[in-house]
Amino acid sequence: MKGPALAVEGVSYEFGAKSALADVSFAVEAGAFCALFGPNGAGKSTLFSLLTRLFTPRAGRIIVAGHDLSREPRAALARIGVVFQQPTLDLDLTVRRNLLYYAALHGLSGKAADRAATRALERLDMAERAGERVSALNGGHRRRMEIARTLMHEPSVLLLDEPTVGLDATTRRAITDHVHTLCAAEGLTALWATHLFDEVKIEDRLVALHRGRVVADGTGAGIAAGRSLEEAFMALTGAERAA
Amino acid sequence: MTGARAWLACLWAVVLREGLRFVTQRERFLSALVRPLVWLIVFAAGFRAALGLSITPPYQTYVTYEIYILPGLCGMIQLFNGMQSSLALVYDRETGSMRLMLTSPFPRWWLLFSKLSAGAAISILQVYAFLGIAALYGFRLPWEGYIAVLPALMLSGLMLGALGLFLSSTINRMENFAGVMNFVIFPMFFLSTALYPLWRMAESSTLLRDICAVNPFTHAVELIRFALFGRLEPEALGWSLLALALFSAGALWGYDPARGMIRLRRD
Repeated sequence: MKGPALAVEGVSYEFGAKSALADVSFAVEAGAFCALFGPNGAGKSTLFSLLTRLFTPRAGRIIVAGHDLSREPRAALARIGVVFQQPTLDLDLTVRRNLLYYAALHGLSGKAADRAATRALERLDMAERAGERVSALNGGHRRRMEIARTLMHEPSVLLLDEPTVGLDATTRRAITDHVHTLCAAEGLTALWATHLFDEVKIEDRLVALHRGRVVADGTGAGIAAGRSLEEAFMALTGAERAA
Repeated sequence: MTGARAWLACLWAVVLREGLRFVTQRERFLSALVRPLVWLIVFAAGFRAALGLSITPPYQTYVTYEIYILPGLCGMIQLFNGMQSSLALVYDRETGSMRLMLTSPFPRWWLLFSKLSAGAAISILQVYAFLGIAALYGFRLPWEGYIAVLPALMLSGLMLGALGLFLSSTINRMENFAGVMNFVIFPMFFLSTALYPLWRMAESSTLLRDICAVNPFTHAVELIRFALFGRLEPEALGWSLLALALFSAGALWGYDPARGMIRLRRD
């Protein structure tokens, strides 16, 4: 594949007169774990809505695995797996039924869907719980299941919008590590939105958003420059405010 | 992904999901049945003496008031079902799963059509359950009507679901559902032929009669009414198809990514 796995080029978006994103650009190489860092209101959710084509940008473009999301939406969406902030599992339905539903949304049917579901269950180490209702699973398992489900159609880019919301510290750590492993072992590209500093590793790629603008783009270590990430971010946004 | 099989699998999965969710939520099923049954058994019993009905098509003989409002109540089930699915979308519970569905690489119109078909299928299950109970209670229709009504219910279910879907893209807050009740469900239901024939309405006010005559719900009810007696009402069919086309266009517009669907609460 030529070029980055995910490229956001000059994207702007307004809600009425209020600017939500202003000329946002960054690119993520294949196999990288990229944290999209920003406090509440920074524009992360708006950017995720654009990345998942809930709405389209008025200016700029988004390229997924070489496909322009506006011009070739179907080819681009087929390369994306999304984990939303809000849970999207049907609690009343079984684990397997949830997986098969997702498979069908992504064009897998019959044996191909069965195989993908079985793979996802193996990945979760949950083959014996396939017939249980999702409501019987704990929060951490549900999130892992959403991640495994989103890999069923073998996407190359994984978008995760604050996927650890509402989970305890140990589970948060486990899920962050799990996605890091996926990037390292399977060459997946992950864009992980968060407002929590402890979810960003110092060696991770980091794009920081503040008030709809990119205020930093580099590695965690490069941006921190010897300080903690929190201090570095405070300094960056403070400087922006003064400017 | 491109084969017809994949498209049908997607449609079937959306319908199946909705169906399974529906049967696991028994209280939802019960409440969907209680409303029209109260109208049929309580309201109609009290009201039958007040309203005289003459013989109008499709009826070939005098019918009781209960038989007269049966099709209207079938329509009511579908009207509430269509609006409730839109309410579920506005309410956060469903927003996430709708977003998930819209990230599917299938074209958006196919996903919305699948969603509509699922809603219509549920409403048809509810209608048949209601007709079954009504039959046990003694309100029976010609047997062929129970078969002939199926395509009519599909059309009316899709049409009312499309209206709900369109509304769901324009309402962004839960509180606005009270508005939907007041400004959509009640006027649509009462300004229709569900409870009284048009000529009755005309006796009181020609303006109200005219409003009833352009109300798409009137045509859905008439389509169902004639179908229940094994007959096709071409005018009702035409208007219902037109309304389906308009509401579907509205829903497609509402969910057009360039417009920005469901103005989500920002982070």
